[in-house]
Amino acid sequence: MSRAALILLLGAAALLFFVLSLLTGPAGYGPAESLRALFSGGDGAAAIILREIRLPRALLGLAIGLALGAGGAALQGFLRNPLAEPGLIGVSASASLGAVAVFYSGLAGASIYVLPAGALFGAACSVIVLLAIAARSGSTLTLILAGVALSSLAGALTSLALNLSPNPFASYEIIFWLLGSLKDRSMTHVWIALPLIAAGLLLMFMSLRALDALTLGEEAAASLGVDLRLTRLLVVAGVALSVGAATAVAGAIGFVGLVVPHLVRPLTDRMPGSVFLPSALGGSALLLAADVASRIVIPSREINVGVLTALIGAPFFLWLVMRTRREAL
Amino acid sequence: MTRLLARDLTVSLGGSPVVGPLSLRLEPGEVVGLLGPNGAGKSTLLRALAGLAPHGGSATLDGTPLAQMSDAARALRIAYLPQARTVGWAVAVERLVELGRIPWRRFGSALSETDRAIVAEAMRLMDVGPLARRLATEISGGEQARALAARVIAQDTPVLLADEPAAGLDPAHQIAMMAAFRSLAAKGRSVIVSLHDLTLAARWCDRLVMLDAGKVAAEGAPAEVVTPALLGQVFGVEAVVSTVGGALAVAPIGLSGGPR
Repeated sequence: MSRAALILLLGAAALLFFVLSLLTGPAGYGPAESLRALFSGGDGAAAIILREIRLPRALLGLAIGLALGAGGAALQGFLRNPLAEPGLIGVSASASLGAVAVFYSGLAGASIYVLPAGALFGAACSVIVLLAIAARSGSTLTLILAGVALSSLAGALTSLALNLSPNPFASYEIIFWLLGSLKDRSMTHVWIALPLIAAGLLLMFMSLRALDALTLGEEAAASLGVDLRLTRLLVVAGVALSVGAATAVAGAIGFVGLVVPHLVRPLTDRMPGSVFLPSALGGSALLLAADVASRIVIPSREINVGVLTALIGAPFFLWLVMRTRREAL
Repeated sequence: MTRLLARDLTVSLGGSPVVGPLSLRLEPGEVVGLLGPNGAGKSTLLRALAGLAPHGGSATLDGTPLAQMSDAARALRIAYLPQARTVGWAVAVERLVELGRIPWRRFGSALSETDRAIVAEAMRLMDVGPLARRLATEISGGEQARALAARVIAQDTPVLLADEPAAGLDPAHQIAMMAAFRSLAAKGRSVIVSLHDLTLAARWCDRLVMLDAGKVAAEGAPAEVVTPALLGQVFGVEAVVSTVGGALAVAPIGLSGGPR
């Protein structure tokens, strides 16, 4: 499949699920009625539901899907490791920890911005720690191990907060953050996340040429004029910004960044630079589809979208591990 | 004018000196063979000359110190083929060779006619044209080595540094690779190639540099360097050096009882 055709197809798929996301919900408006309410506005219930509940939800699905798909593609390319994903370097876990810490400390009630700020702070801290460790040694193994250690630590601290949590509602909120959901988000959340995700995508995009060169290994890439330190900075900061912002508003939605690059890679020439954009668009399509499904699989109750992506992603991950072991990649 | 000139060059790894001090020069149109036992410092020296390892002393390319060149400028002048054969993704051989054009292209721009011609020529020289559409992870080790050598040739630089490019190749392709380096040299390019096959080195290089424990043990025309005495002293082998068809043939036949 040609590059343009693939991007067009995935873009169309993302758009389709975006519209489906707008049309899906317990309010039970028909498609025509929903779209009329969305575009013509007014004070009616339909307009409020469409514009203030469903639109932010669909926009966040689109943007967060982009962030997760692109983040996975960039990380896999940078680490030349098909098992890499944004959660791997500890950004998601640290962002969640930030959100949970804010919630546990009781600051969350002060302002709608406090919880996301905590998540971003956590993500930023993880990046600074990772960069400090990675700067001492250029190897990708160091970065992976540091990321795994950071993930474990953040997970342990999150569990600690969960254990110490004084009221049952706090536990409920914490679970909500760790599993991820696009439910009940507002346009405020959209405006918090969008600029940061866009900045992160731009940084990752700037590293694509280097990621292609890294196919030949770090030394050969350096001999092709690639600045390895700059590349590391671009990828880690790009992933931290976009995935940190995504986690800040929707919790840790796992496995999208792992699954999507693998699904689209065989449809490209497999160069990291060629996988990036299709992976971003595919991430949007998959997350929006999962979010639509999360609203309709059990009609009376909504499930967290992170649960659904994990249900798809975890077996896929296992299969990938087994295949990687067999092929000794 | 000397293309690559190293004076009192030293390279340290983890605080301990591994290479040097040594001096080395490389002229335009020259193929220089780098010999030496395992751990003699061949790879470290090549990495330093490629600008990838910090060094002491001076190393200049056409009069410009390597340390002062930007990564991008250096990539247009020096190509380097590492010993480790890394192919990170299951990409087609042609894509792999095209990576050699990265320093010359803007990202996202299509390959120009010139790029395509250079890539095709590099693939022809390394006899990987028939493999163009095969996945670089699914061909044999020797074929992969040739594909990666084609990549470094496609970088089209005045200086080419190759670290054991002939390892794992069948005899015909070993000879074809050295012939390819010769043909590049005939166009004025300069090649340093580290080798373990002494006959290959002696027959195809203009000059040989033999390293021992990071220092130059011998340097000069092949006949001056590949001698039973030096091979015994540096490699610790007893070797028969004869002349076949006007060129040297070297056969190590046993361990020498000499020093080492």
